[in-house]
Amino acid sequence: MTPLLQVKGLTKRYGARIGCQDVSFDLYPGEVMGIVGESGSGKSTLLNCLAGHLEADSGAVVFDTRADGPRDVRAMSEPERRMLARTDWAFVHQNPRDGLRMGVSAGGNVGERLMAVGARHYGNIRGQALDWLDRVEIAGDRIDDRPTAFSGGMQQRLQIARNLVTGPRLVFMDEPTGGLDVSVQARLLDLLRGLVREMGLSAVIVTHDLAVVRLLAHRLMVMKSGHVVEAGLTDQVLDDPQHGYTQLLVSSVLQA
Amino acid sequence: MSDYNFAYLDEQTKRMIRRAILKALAVPGYQVPFASREMPMPYGWGTGGVQVSAACLVPEDRLKVIDQGADDTTNAVSIRRFFERTAGVATTGRTRDATLIQTRHRIPEEPLTRDQILVYQVPIPEPLRFLEPRETETRKMHSLEEYGLVHVKLYEDIARHGQIATSYAYPVKVEGRYVMDPSPIPKFDNPKLESAAVQLFGAGREQRIYALPPHCKVVSLDFEDHPFEASKADHACDLCGSATSYLDEVIVDDAGGRMFVCSDTDYCETRRDAGHLGRLSASGPVTTGQEDAA
Repeated sequence: MTPLLQVKGLTKRYGARIGCQDVSFDLYPGEVMGIVGESGSGKSTLLNCLAGHLEADSGAVVFDTRADGPRDVRAMSEPERRMLARTDWAFVHQNPRDGLRMGVSAGGNVGERLMAVGARHYGNIRGQALDWLDRVEIAGDRIDDRPTAFSGGMQQRLQIARNLVTGPRLVFMDEPTGGLDVSVQARLLDLLRGLVREMGLSAVIVTHDLAVVRLLAHRLMVMKSGHVVEAGLTDQVLDDPQHGYTQLLVSSVLQA
Repeated sequence: MSDYNFAYLDEQTKRMIRRAILKALAVPGYQVPFASREMPMPYGWGTGGVQVSAACLVPEDRLKVIDQGADDTTNAVSIRRFFERTAGVATTGRTRDATLIQTRHRIPEEPLTRDQILVYQVPIPEPLRFLEPRETETRKMHSLEEYGLVHVKLYEDIARHGQIATSYAYPVKVEGRYVMDPSPIPKFDNPKLESAAVQLFGAGREQRIYALPPHCKVVSLDFEDHPFEASKADHACDLCGSATSYLDEVIVDDAGGRMFVCSDTDYCETRRDAGHLGRLSASGPVTTGQEDAA
């Protein structure tokens, strides 16, 4: 089986400082990879390098494209990369305001990716938008409301609908539950878990919340100061941490 | 007017503008940056159009200036006078007599010919401006042909109003490539963008020139199930009776009285001269005395 995403020796430096160094992993179709670590450990840098928002200094990000098989994303031309970013890839921002168009109705937000890949039938676009709002548990009669009229949890669910409407195969998530209260977090996680199973999505999830990765991620990478210090199956890493930093991280969470 | 300098601008500036115009004609719909000059009028009054006109005028030209379809409003009168004084060219109100027409907000009703140049005054040349505020990003979107966002705007129109409510500055796609803002002409005029005349668009404040060469393919963007419609007021002209021209609604008293008249004054006058009559021709508040001939 070909990995969907192969990362080899990815390095990003900010001048003399390290963003992330020599990160390598494989992600297989249907697999969810969690990246945890403290603030400043380089997890967001890594995610942005993978998604093409930041230019990495060295290494390779090989994605198994539908048309041409495995290709290095960093060697692609910009139009190809942007095409990939709005068809096979999705990026869920921590703050829904970064990922949504706040001046455009919910339906328009969901429909934007469809129109960007050439959908030109209003009825069909609206039908698909309604279908996706329903899937992320937003009432259909809110379709013409702007995201500014939505609660934080609804905005985040709308952002997810907007990203998944084109049926991507790989989703990058940057702290998708950050800033939400616990009950809304739980519903969102439930929803995400359902969508990932149902659509066979692969995902890379960056978070500092160990509960999130325990629920969602199959495998886990622990980062510290730009390096991956430990990687393995989620329950294995969390229940039997080997590295000193991982032990500290796991023990610093209050057991509810 | 002196012999070594014609039509206000210095020769170097005209050369620079002509280069931009040639490039714009070679890449239809593409916005070519140019070093816009200070003109003796405020931004928003047609500084871009005036510069393009000045660069295109030759002493043999006959100039017509249109403001919202009319030849006798402030903007039209002052620009026409400007060129009468600085270039000494002949001017006219007749569309068919003019060789160069500078216009604001309208395309003449009468079809233009291959011997004419139509110059538009453009306030905001970027069709994506109100959808994406970053210039760097809109340029990238143009270069990569990422125009999904324009349809988001049209989607929002239909979702909110039940139809495409954009009625002027309606976005068009030129030769299947660039999305272009046709300047704030009513969408009724969009089909006339496919014309035999050369059409030049000048935006002075934004420092952009773009162009449509003759018979260039111009498609108004729409949805399959909500096709583009060149709409106008559902009336006939009250002075000349034309049912096909674009109309202005004029309030004539404080008791709800109103009349509809052609926005293109030259077209209306030509028809009245030819004996056409409208609802208010004989007894209406506006008469020209020329209906007597009919």
